[in-house]
Amino acid sequence: MTLVDSLRLGAPEEWLSVAGLGLLMVAAWGGDKAARLIGLLAITALVVAGVLVAPSLTGHLSGSAVAAFQGQYSGDAFAAFGKLLIYLSAIVTLIIAPRFFDRSGGMRAEFPLLVLFASLGMGLMVSATDLIMLYIGLELNSLSAYVLASILRNDDRSAEAGLKYFVLGALASGILLFGMSLVYGFAGTTSFHGIHAALNGPMAMGATFGMIFMLSGLAFKISAAPFHMWTPDVYEGAPTPVTTFFATAPKVAAMALLMRVMLVAFGAEVGAWRQIIVFVSLISIVIGALGAIGQTNAEGGNIKRLMAYSSINNVGFILVGLAAATPQGASAMLVYLAIYVAMSVAGFVAVLLLRDEEGNQIEAIADLGGLSKRRPGIAAALAAVMFSLAGIPPLFGFWGKFVVFQAAVASGLLWLAALGIAASVIGAFYYLKVVKVMYFDEDVGKVTGAGDTPHFALLIASGVFISPLGYLATPWLGGLADGAAAALFHVG
Amino acid sequence: MIQAFAFYLFAVLVIASGAFCILARNPVHSVLWLIVAFFNAAGLMVLVGAEFIAMLLVIVYVGAVAVLFLFVVMMLDIDFAELRAGFVRNFPLGIALALVLVSELVLGLGALKVGGLKLGASDGSAMTATGQSNIEAIGALLYSRYLFVFEASGMILLVAMIGAIVLTHRQRSDTRGQNISRQVARRPDEATRNERPEVGQGIQL
Repeated sequence: MTLVDSLRLGAPEEWLSVAGLGLLMVAAWGGDKAARLIGLLAITALVVAGVLVAPSLTGHLSGSAVAAFQGQYSGDAFAAFGKLLIYLSAIVTLIIAPRFFDRSGGMRAEFPLLVLFASLGMGLMVSATDLIMLYIGLELNSLSAYVLASILRNDDRSAEAGLKYFVLGALASGILLFGMSLVYGFAGTTSFHGIHAALNGPMAMGATFGMIFMLSGLAFKISAAPFHMWTPDVYEGAPTPVTTFFATAPKVAAMALLMRVMLVAFGAEVGAWRQIIVFVSLISIVIGALGAIGQTNAEGGNIKRLMAYSSINNVGFILVGLAAATPQGASAMLVYLAIYVAMSVAGFVAVLLLRDEEGNQIEAIADLGGLSKRRPGIAAALAAVMFSLAGIPPLFGFWGKFVVFQAAVASGLLWLAALGIAASVIGAFYYLKVVKVMYFDEDVGKVTGAGDTPHFALLIASGVFISPLGYLATPWLGGLADGAAAALFHVG
Repeated sequence: MIQAFAFYLFAVLVIASGAFCILARNPVHSVLWLIVAFFNAAGLMVLVGAEFIAMLLVIVYVGAVAVLFLFVVMMLDIDFAELRAGFVRNFPLGIALALVLVSELVLGLGALKVGGLKLGASDGSAMTATGQSNIEAIGALLYSRYLFVFEASGMILLVAMIGAIVLTHRQRSDTRGQNISRQVARRPDEATRNERPEVGQGIQL
């Protein structure tokens, strides 16, 4: 493959880089006054990148036909699926950001740029088929994320979130890098396919250590228990649009990366990592559910913290699909991820719409009392998100859990599916608690502020997707996810 | 002959400046001795043919890290009397740490005598060095095989720079900068005026 062919495959990333650099110039001369314009241009750039990516989603090309830059980068359908979800999340973030930042210290010109560069890094993550590419993409995304978390630098909570995220993220990156160096030492190559070929049969002790270190680092990035401690603090402290971004795009990117590392690089060593994934998955489900129950009971229960624990819980369910280690499992994970992104967007947009008389954000769960009387639309949307996250059948969230458990059962992990379903009952408790506060508690009269059109449009769009109407999309979504998973498992 | 001389010169200077680095009373002097040690270590690297690492040592460690140390040390307000007061209290801890380090050294040397560690076998796919210098070999790889990731790491540095500016740069409204062109353009009739106030009355400034 010539350099020109490689460059053509990497077009989305190259376009985003050029667009980011161009917008940086606009930011340099326009200053913070141009922030809204830059935001709009960044959305356009992301849409164009999505258009560049879309053909490879249904292109049915895989293997060496899409391996660019000497096999370091893959432009296959799997990468395209991840990238479209990532760009979509970034676009949502840029749409909801201006209104939030108008209240709290102004929209900075660099905000859309950092989102753009983070999306670029995440694109590299989902396309990476080489350890070096993996690390570069991960760091580009992480560095942007640290700055995004603390972008309200005069707000103590935001600064704290950024600092915590930075220190723990740097530690996780170090652990990941250490594992990568061990794996490289034992496999003699950094390419995923090379590692697959080299690590065949009984694994050397050092290679196992390397794999576990890599797994730990990546588990931090997807905020799976027991590496989840940063999640509630960062989600609570970061500005809400940034939290929306964290809950969607980096989750998709890191999960896709984890799938590629486990199913491609360590695809021949399923026996060595399946038990770890099973453990991480179950403990994430339980810890996420228990932590969220703690939020609904406590006096200062915070809806953003609740969503953080809920994301830990959902990551656990997604990992059930990884434990299956089959194309069906991978496809189920992608379906779940798509639904999860829609649920998170709907949830956080609804949270953003909760404002008091003066336009301040309301985050305490106790203040949601009587929401159904004052703002029936928002209450209904939040209730739908909660039921969907809990996986209650008529809503689309159920479908994600269903396909994941189906994949687990099909690969002989019936007990894992049974445990997962049992644990999801714990989760249903706290989701219902929020619904109870909104619908049956006394009206505290806090939420009185008005919303605006872009928020309602997003809420309706994502709300329709997670409603029972979403089932109309299952053949289409399932077909795309199957194609992406097949590309992931393609050998050669 | 000249190599042996250079080696012993650099080696002695590294060890000596390392010793001075930890023995110097003034932390600024310590950092300066550290820089001397880095330079001599770079010389040793050149002697073994690793000129790339030698350049890295000079550029990264001397140029960036040591200067950063120097800034930090000079900006910190270090109370030496307090530092010495802590010495006696932390003495047992220091001794314990020293013992751990010594035992590690002994263990390492003992293990070295037994034989090397077997860390998998190389598959022979790595290129053999053929008359190219380190820098040429690394440069050829960076700008061909790893071009894409090399450029992407440039983006990382850009994001780091943007982040540093976003988080620290602030437009201060309470300071009054000097505007030279305005000062030059000022004319006497704008700057002064004649007033003739009545007795017992002030003037409007």
